[in-house]
Amino acid sequence: MSLIETLARLEAVGSGRAQPGATVRHRHVSGRPLVFVPLTTAGETGAPLGALVGTERDAPRLLVVPQPRDRDLRFAFLAELADVVLPYIDGYADLVEAAERSETDPETGKRVKVETELCADAPQIVVPSRTGLDHVRLLGRSTRFRRTAEQDPETPYPAPPRVPLLGRWLTHYGERSRVPGSSLLLAATDLLSRHWATGQSGLEDQHLGALLAWIDPPDGGSGAEAARRAELARDEAGQLLCPPAGPATDPAFDNKLLAPAFERYDRARTALAAAEDGPAADDRLAELTTAEREIRDLVLGATLPTWDAVWQGLDLLRALPEGAHVEERWTRDRWSFTGHRDRVTAGEPPQPRRDDAVTAANKLATREREQSRLDAQESLDDPLVMAGRRLNGEAFAGEVTEVVMAYSEGRRPSPRPLVTVRTDDRPHLAAGTRVYRSLNGKPQAAEFVAREEPDDGTDAWHLVLRIVDRMGRGKEPEAGSVPEKGDTLCWTLFEHEQRGGAKLPDPEETPWTHGGPPGEPAPEAPDAVTEEDVL
Amino acid sequence: MTTVGFDPGAIGRGPSAPGTLDPGAFDPGAAAGRATDAILHDTLHGTERGVVVDSPPGAGKSTLVVRAALELAEAGRPLMVVAQTNAQVDDLVLRLAEKNPELPVGRLHSSDADAYDKALDALPQVRTSAKAGDLAGLPVVLSTAAKWAHVKVDEPWRHAIVDEAYQMRSDSLLAVAGLFERALFVGDPGQLDPFAIVGSEQWAGLSYDPSASAVSTLLAHNPGLPQHRLPVSWRLPASAAPLVSDAFYPFTPFRSGTGPGDRRLAFAVPSDGSGPDRVIDEAAASGWGLLELPARHTPRTDPEAVRAVAAVVRRLLDRGGAAVSERSPDPAPLTADRIAVGTAHRDQAAAVRAALADLGVRDVTVDTANRLQGREYDVTVVLHPLSGRPDATAFHLETGRLCVLASRHRHACVVVCREGVGTLLDDYPSTEPVQLGTLVKFPDGWEANHTVLAHLAEHRVSWRP
Repeated sequence: MSLIETLARLEAVGSGRAQPGATVRHRHVSGRPLVFVPLTTAGETGAPLGALVGTERDAPRLLVVPQPRDRDLRFAFLAELADVVLPYIDGYADLVEAAERSETDPETGKRVKVETELCADAPQIVVPSRTGLDHVRLLGRSTRFRRTAEQDPETPYPAPPRVPLLGRWLTHYGERSRVPGSSLLLAATDLLSRHWATGQSGLEDQHLGALLAWIDPPDGGSGAEAARRAELARDEAGQLLCPPAGPATDPAFDNKLLAPAFERYDRARTALAAAEDGPAADDRLAELTTAEREIRDLVLGATLPTWDAVWQGLDLLRALPEGAHVEERWTRDRWSFTGHRDRVTAGEPPQPRRDDAVTAANKLATREREQSRLDAQESLDDPLVMAGRRLNGEAFAGEVTEVVMAYSEGRRPSPRPLVTVRTDDRPHLAAGTRVYRSLNGKPQAAEFVAREEPDDGTDAWHLVLRIVDRMGRGKEPEAGSVPEKGDTLCWTLFEHEQRGGAKLPDPEETPWTHGGPPGEPAPEAPDAVTEEDVL
Repeated sequence: MTTVGFDPGAIGRGPSAPGTLDPGAFDPGAAAGRATDAILHDTLHGTERGVVVDSPPGAGKSTLVVRAALELAEAGRPLMVVAQTNAQVDDLVLRLAEKNPELPVGRLHSSDADAYDKALDALPQVRTSAKAGDLAGLPVVLSTAAKWAHVKVDEPWRHAIVDEAYQMRSDSLLAVAGLFERALFVGDPGQLDPFAIVGSEQWAGLSYDPSASAVSTLLAHNPGLPQHRLPVSWRLPASAAPLVSDAFYPFTPFRSGTGPGDRRLAFAVPSDGSGPDRVIDEAAASGWGLLELPARHTPRTDPEAVRAVAAVVRRLLDRGGAAVSERSPDPAPLTADRIAVGTAHRDQAAAVRAALADLGVRDVTVDTANRLQGREYDVTVVLHPLSGRPDATAFHLETGRLCVLASRHRHACVVVCREGVGTLLDDYPSTEPVQLGTLVKFPDGWEANHTVLAHLAEHRVSWRP
């Protein structure tokens, strides 16, 4: 935790209210996000119990698996989920704009610009918590290799038609959410704790109800107390007043309410199957419907508060102005969406179970680059984030007190003006350290030359910097490209833009150190049916 | 400043292995010589595509690399050398030039300003360029892994030496492995593992996990490669080698090249009875000193601990230290360039630098464990990674971090720490999630920390500044 975050959390403890962690919004929030509040059943990893899903805050769609161990009911749930999610995704697939992309020409090997299309906007999915992200990934993994009856008439347990496609999209979204700064799939707790610092630990911040209580306590009371209530308060029956954001449910809810309801449902189902005549079957069907409705009501009761909380969180975030670089990062998300849309349209097979060596290395390189880019962009967009970097010695701000014109040696001398900056910050500089400032949105670099200590009776540092670029080609620097005395500037020790890394070999040229080429790509087999699948 | 070169063969023959040569006793020079010969034999005449060499701190890794490079060049095999940082590459070039001034050497560098050490420009046999094509045909070409990754060749090099291979990431090896047919991988498994700035759990357990070390990927795919070990640390004194070996290399023990009386540290100015002076005397006598400050939870840049570190360094310089070692019969003065301060975080290093400047100390190296890797000093002063912390995270518990900090010295190491680290360790047992298919590293940081702490406790000086 950085020093400034520690300070913000201490202030939150002191005041009982969350403190701002950012002055602008650093993530894209769609005008029409799909909110997905899933629940799972205890005992089987990723077994869906139900979900609230939809794009209208006052019209969520409730999906329930009345007996989560029943695979047919699970498939029915997934089919219903696909009926909500896929039309939402398809709604963004056709609205495109013209764009250019660099590609390597297969004949000349040179980078050339190619005309292509880019989706004008992209669907955004918001889940309540970080474990919700894992659940999306898990749903994707468990469905993308299923076969439908149309794909394979022999398959013993065919999946409903659109379920494998749902799995591929959820996998894509789950994988994209691992890219720092991406916004296709977001967790509300991550979003909120990026923008506010509470007086509790990062682990406790993953409780959406408690986190919101710190940020926006009901009736304006103490956030700390409201958070405590949200986490612990129970009604006279022992049930939590604020159910956890899931996907895991509260054990008291499971034991006292859910298990008996499942039991009634199972009994009603067995009775219906055993019914001997029409009138008896009608009665027993009514019992089954009642049992099912009970479970639906339970699931609704456990998800609706979270559903409202997610929308409340989105309201809070929308109230913040968007950071200057958010649009640029969202464009990368749109490229990611467009790319996957094209792969689906082209009939490519689902994403493999495991990345090969080259794909894994490429993904890691991309994510590290995006992390550095995100850190730099958030600092440039937000003075509060920059303050944290300044406190860390990674940046400094101050007034220009002197500018001395100087030139480089050599046949064609170029301008290398010396600029003295007076700052109260304490950057970690060594001779020759590169520093950068933003000049018309582009970084201008300078070298740290020396620290002067004029006796002016203050603790301020006087730092001499030599500007080295962005002054034009001439002997005299272009107008406005050199700081002037009296300017207040912020310099960073980190680069503003990220260089691309080296190109890795193609997968078919994987070297011997990494196991050699993976061989001919074979389409992945569907998941084998195990005993657990037919419980 | 890096390890000073030595010739393993010469030490075996020379007088420097002191007065303990009774028959049957361990002869460090001979043992190191045998290991080196076997490594060179496998490298030059072996049939496998790779040879792996594990080297404990100060065991002559760079000397081995230089010697192997010279022998490969002599045998007429075009050689590329991959190191991890520009400083490491420049250092190897200088050593090669020193050992064989006739050998033409290529230094491939980036196109940044100050991409390489300007000292190389003074060497006529060293050609520097940012383009691999300019260096074609030279018997040896050296560069960093990052720069090699941009090189394209039609014909791969017949041989490569990969230095600091345990600090190289698997994805970085993936980018360069196509450039060579076979390679010698040299590194220290006990130092800091490479790291990624983003999570990489999704690949944990895969043999080619891109965030793992190059050696672990290499051995996972080529388990039959010959693996060697350098058995003697020439850097660590007899007081330090057993502890470092026990704590960090329990399954591959090593010895010090010198005996108990071979290194001595003495001070002209007697102790003034203060904490720093007492801990300096303890460290001079026993090789280790723990300056323990009262227990307290502090921010990372604990001002008291930082001042204590600076005070110890100031007194080390003021008291006229003199170091006697096998290198020369006369005591060598303990000057600022022979002292280093090690910390866990960069802001701590910056705070120590500022505190030293306030005391008028310059030219003492102050750096983080990451940057001190591969370097050597007479005396080190270490700010303990867990000092003053309320919690023990995986970062602060990392075995390699403590190992680097505790193995940079030739004479003595002073650790500055707040009381209570033992309790902190007991409160935070290792709880890293178990990942299927990954090799569990022993010893874990928790255990290594306890071993070191137990040893330091015998050399404790409590001080209330």
